[in-house]
Amino acid sequence: METLACVKRVPDTGASIPLTDDERGIDTSTLGFTVSPHEECAVEEAVQQVEAHGGATTVLTLGPEVATEQLQTAVAREADKAVLLETDGSEWHPAATAKAIAAAVRAKSEDGAGFDLLLFGNEAADTEDHQVAVRVAHELDLPYVTAIKELDIENGTAVARREVSGGSEVYELDLPAVVAVKEGINSPRYPSMRSRMQAKKQPIERIEPERSDGDGGGLETIRLEAPAAGGGEAEILGEGPAAAPRVVDVLDDMGVL
Amino acid sequence: MSPDEFPSSAETVVVGAGIVGNSVAYHLAELGREDILLLDKGPLPDPGGSTGHASNFIMPVDHSKEMTHLTQESVRQYADMDTFTNSGGIEVARSDAQMAELERRVQSATAWDEPGELLTVEEVEEFVPYIETDVIKGGFYSPGGGVCDPLRAGEVMRARADAEADLTISANTEVLDLHVESGEIRAVETDRGTCRSDEVVVAAGIWSPKIASMAGVEVPLTPAVHQLISVGPIEYFEGFEGEISHPVVRDMDTRMYERPSGNDLEVGSYQHRPILWDVEDIMSIDEAPLSPTQPPLTQEAFMKSNEDALELMPELLDDPDAGIRYEIDGLLSVTPDGMPLVGPFQDVDGLWSCAAIWIKEAPAFGKHLAEWMVEGRPETDLHGANVNRFYEYGTSREFVKNRAHEGYQKIYGIVHPAEQWQSSRPLRTTGFHHQQEELGARFFEAAGWERAQWFESNEDLLDRYAEGIEPFERPHEWDSRWWSPIVLGEHLHMREKVAMVGDMGFTVFDLVGPGATEYAEKMAVGRMDVDVGKSVYTPILDENAGFRSDLSIVRTGENSYRVITGGGMGGADKQWFKQHLPVDGSVQLVDQTSALCTLGVWGPDARNVLESVAEEDVSHEAFPPYTAREITVGEVDAWALRISYVGERGWELYAPMEKGGRLWNTIEEAGAEYDIRPVGMGVYGTTGRMEKGYRLYGHELELDYTPAEAGLTFHGVKEADFIGKEAYAEAIEEENAATLCTLSVDDHAPEGGERRFMLGNEPILTPAGEPIDDAKGRRSYVTSAGTGPSVGAHLLMGYLPPKYAEEGQQLQVEYFGQRYPVTVEIVGSRPAFDPENERIRS
Amino acid sequence: MVLALVEHDGGVPAEASLESLTLARGLAAEDGELAAVAFDTDGSGPGEGGGGSSGEGGPADGDGLADDLAAYGVTELDRVTHDRLDRYAPEAWAASVSQLVDELAPEAVVAPGTDRGHEVLAGVAARQSLPLAANCVAVAPGEPGEPYELERQRWGGSLIEHARLDAGTKLLTVSPHEVAAEPTERADVTVRSFAPSLDDSQFRVRVSRVEESDEEGVPLGEARVVVGGGRGVGSAEDYAILEELADLLEGTVGASRAAVNEGWRPHDDQVGLTGTKIAPDLYVACGISGAVQHMVGCKGAKNILAINTDPEAAIIQKAEYAVIGDLHEVVPAITEAVREAE
Repeated sequence: METLACVKRVPDTGASIPLTDDERGIDTSTLGFTVSPHEECAVEEAVQQVEAHGGATTVLTLGPEVATEQLQTAVAREADKAVLLETDGSEWHPAATAKAIAAAVRAKSEDGAGFDLLLFGNEAADTEDHQVAVRVAHELDLPYVTAIKELDIENGTAVARREVSGGSEVYELDLPAVVAVKEGINSPRYPSMRSRMQAKKQPIERIEPERSDGDGGGLETIRLEAPAAGGGEAEILGEGPAAAPRVVDVLDDMGVL
Repeated sequence: MSPDEFPSSAETVVVGAGIVGNSVAYHLAELGREDILLLDKGPLPDPGGSTGHASNFIMPVDHSKEMTHLTQESVRQYADMDTFTNSGGIEVARSDAQMAELERRVQSATAWDEPGELLTVEEVEEFVPYIETDVIKGGFYSPGGGVCDPLRAGEVMRARADAEADLTISANTEVLDLHVESGEIRAVETDRGTCRSDEVVVAAGIWSPKIASMAGVEVPLTPAVHQLISVGPIEYFEGFEGEISHPVVRDMDTRMYERPSGNDLEVGSYQHRPILWDVEDIMSIDEAPLSPTQPPLTQEAFMKSNEDALELMPELLDDPDAGIRYEIDGLLSVTPDGMPLVGPFQDVDGLWSCAAIWIKEAPAFGKHLAEWMVEGRPETDLHGANVNRFYEYGTSREFVKNRAHEGYQKIYGIVHPAEQWQSSRPLRTTGFHHQQEELGARFFEAAGWERAQWFESNEDLLDRYAEGIEPFERPHEWDSRWWSPIVLGEHLHMREKVAMVGDMGFTVFDLVGPGATEYAEKMAVGRMDVDVGKSVYTPILDENAGFRSDLSIVRTGENSYRVITGGGMGGADKQWFKQHLPVDGSVQLVDQTSALCTLGVWGPDARNVLESVAEEDVSHEAFPPYTAREITVGEVDAWALRISYVGERGWELYAPMEKGGRLWNTIEEAGAEYDIRPVGMGVYGTTGRMEKGYRLYGHELELDYTPAEAGLTFHGVKEADFIGKEAYAEAIEEENAATLCTLSVDDHAPEGGERRFMLGNEPILTPAGEPIDDAKGRRSYVTSAGTGPSVGAHLLMGYLPPKYAEEGQQLQVEYFGQRYPVTVEIVGSRPAFDPENERIRS
Repeated sequence: MVLALVEHDGGVPAEASLESLTLARGLAAEDGELAAVAFDTDGSGPGEGGGGSSGEGGPADGDGLADDLAAYGVTELDRVTHDRLDRYAPEAWAASVSQLVDELAPEAVVAPGTDRGHEVLAGVAARQSLPLAANCVAVAPGEPGEPYELERQRWGGSLIEHARLDAGTKLLTVSPHEVAAEPTERADVTVRSFAPSLDDSQFRVRVSRVEESDEEGVPLGEARVVVGGGRGVGSAEDYAILEELADLLEGTVGASRAAVNEGWRPHDDQVGLTGTKIAPDLYVACGISGAVQHMVGCKGAKNILAINTDPEAAIIQKAEYAVIGDLHEVVPAITEAVREAE
């Protein structure tokens, strides 16, 4: 089975995020880069499915040359191949991103190397657009489902579970299919020292994607700002055992009771 | 430890609640400070500084005595708090050069009284079964090594401090400003309020420069990256319990370590290219995904380390289930010379530094800084860590970065004791520098000053004095590194004819004012109420009669004195003098260091040379020894002091810096007739000094030994009061627990083979090969070593207990795993060469 | 006109949908036309509530739903009816809404920022080649046909993006719990039935069944509730009280590195950078100081409840809720209170 996991390079940030002077972007000068936890799980799921059913995992990103770092990390986590849709580093809107990914996937299947399972993180850590996976599925006319916390492949069918209150909805998709997963679907492995070294030697396929800015564009960032009452200390529910009733109220509100 | 209201005043404020700040606060409470505010901008127990990401292992044996003893004291404290696990530690060698270094490690272990032994490859494997034995040649085992828990220790220290004193802990409190008035610290302004205090400690780790700058003072350190990863879960460790199950391994050749932690293996490295940070670029606690001091690993820089670790421990690191679970560019503090920055800032009274300290020595530094603050002195000699040692030359950001960059590459490295810094040079040069350079001077650096160690232009002396030099040629590369036999040629030439020695790098300051005599008396052991023009060489003591310094004080007028001290300790000495200036302003301290250059003219023909160019009478009668006066040499007005550190007839000539070049040329031309030669610090600092038995601060002279033990009691006990008088008087009366002796090496190759020459810091052993401890538990070691060509011996100095302090006593010295027979030549300060000082007095 | 997607459970609108309706009403203020679209889906969800993707309790009682929506100013309710829409199907829903957009040409389509809301609107966006602004918290309408100026959450709520959305029909999802659901003057609702044109291809994916949760033996990294213990627990035996609470909440016990190093728990239980990273709905941190390495391991938790004696402890900075006190007293009290509540 051929699996594809799509990831996006994003800054690794803390609770508060430093902004550039024009407030339209993140000041990344002292930050490292990563992918969203959902996407780490997508890579892990792609690798696990291949481990279970054979085949190979390809990891793909659309981004600048430096995004090879994220591809190598995925390869160090046992992905087999890496594809970079190389851009100048400017932000592509979700529709353009989806079109470029779909074009790359289409080109692969024309080469006879199509994918059976296309995995995405539920949303990117930075833009949180919640739509690239669905748009890719639409472009490729593939079945899709998002927000998946459990995935089994049985006889060419993906059995996917989405958490709902008190249980889960089960979806069945014939492969090939697009699945967007959520953190918690698995525990992503850590790269080993050996695989980290080997990943550095892994050739990366570079594709120059075509940018289609027209369709689906129209959401333009004016500026970013930190929310007014950011985080802060915990709400103190009380001192000692006397706090128990309030704890129960809070747990009830959370829906964990 | 309740989260009290932010106090409006406190007796002492400690800024920073990492392991250092906690330790300072705890020891201050122990010593009686009653009202302490400990604050940090981060949360507890891990406020986000370097303490939070340290690998926490402790390897006690360092080549520095000071650091070894501080680490031993720290281990004792960690153990007392139940935060130390004794796992032992092993340094492994992959190369022959490193094996030799491990022999030197054993030598240091013996010298500093810490267990340690060499291991064969098989013995290493017994301790660490997962090591790849093909890669290594052997190891050094330190049974006292282990791991500590500094965050937990911090909690214990805070709890103990709270039990002893009124301790207010204010976490999540950011310092906004330090208020200074009339050169004294007054208050700490924070985002939770302002706290008045006359005593503030900056223990803020990598942020210390930022905090100190709020008071207008500088802490010369830079944040630097130490790469660290943690790999797990490793199945091999599943069968073991607890924090650490096997000894820590240091892979010295690759400058890495591997340390088990639970079922992980922490792999740390210092081999990557130095990555230095600006303190302004460090993320805030909120901005940091991990913590401000744990930015993400720069992977490309770690690749070689990755490979090296896999080579050494493949069995563990190739565990199929193990992954890199944690990886950081851990930020820690690096200083221009790798040592901490501790003590009072000389420009702001009441403001103290305790920074650039590693986990392994932090509890001890906290203790000794607290002693220093409360009792006026630390119980252990901290001269190597004095915050003032870079004062006025080495605090610029550029200098700190350059030296940190260079020094980073020495961490875990094999560093020769005489190794010279290469960066930010030349920094301080005098009027002679150009002339010296033309003569092929090999410059060494001290306190930023360029000082010629020897001159290649004197190579012809090797032939001329071949007979005296040949027995002391050093065939082994290590012994001869940063050394030249030309030094011996220069020495012999000076003794026979005449030498000119430029740029000793002195720190010079004048004490001026109506209270000068009274003040000088208080500071010095020697009598200061002497004739104008008289020079007095004197110890400077602390209250406990421990050495602060030894230096010369010349009475230059009715109400003025000139203090001349070594450049390396100049900053600390000046701070000590400033600290004790009379509060009524009756004495001013005027620094002359940068205004004057110094040229020594020494040797049998020194007077002939000076006479020919001086306007004044410089005869023995007109210009007696140990006096000073103004003279004119050629066109240059100079202040001449008839003194010699090399035991010869002659003068130190102090001239205005801009006339230095002219002075040099005048003496050089006048001396041509007598074959005057430029002579370097190799003679001044070692060969000449050793033959004369002159003690050197930081080597023979330190707080651990008294003047009596050092043999510097020739002043007796003067009438006037002085600092340390009482203890000094007692020490003179007591029988010395140890006495400083001069020894000679009897055989440089007792087992045949290459002749070896000790360089200092080697353990002195009994004839049976046992270490020697005196009644106060102090171990005997070589404090200085150097060849004395005029006495025909390689000379050593060292303190010996009475049992062995007998002239003619046979002993041994261990050097690179070999033992060499030595003989005690002199007990006390009598010179080996010209014992009656006839040359100086002629 | 503004069209709002409403999720409901047996005719009772979900809270998140009422929130997004409230926001949509503001956008509809120009012409007062606020249409709601709801599916007559016969799900059989185990219950109503969180996560937004509510199960459905049977065909919507159209009148009841219309009545509820009227209170939120809805003037038109489009009930999507189709014989194969008895269960949720992502593509069929998206196609249906897309067809409604074609028919109604609304100024905007607003959906709750739930799993289902995002999925449906992303499908609409793809079909219509329109941009979609997800996780909005405030939107200022422009003149008809003009761009919207909006604020939306990014970076998990760490940043607010001020953005301009320029499209014929603006597609928006509304971040849950950010806009208060507020009823308004009742409107007269016109209920109409909308029969979308759907074929097999839109039913490739649908909810095949709904399963009750079974959290037994769930690995730490996938548990929905984790009760973690640190050095403050004091001994291996004292973990029993944590286990009891974890069992009651159908969760799993975790431990800090300190506790694992003490030998109180196996290494597998370690939560943190060098252990397992968890992403539960609730993490109860008992006697854990909050060392950085630990906090990174649990930053995926939606909610942290810290139980600690030290109100200045780092964990308190990072937690949503805290109880100051000794876990040995507090945890059993919570366990008891939970039992009583159930």
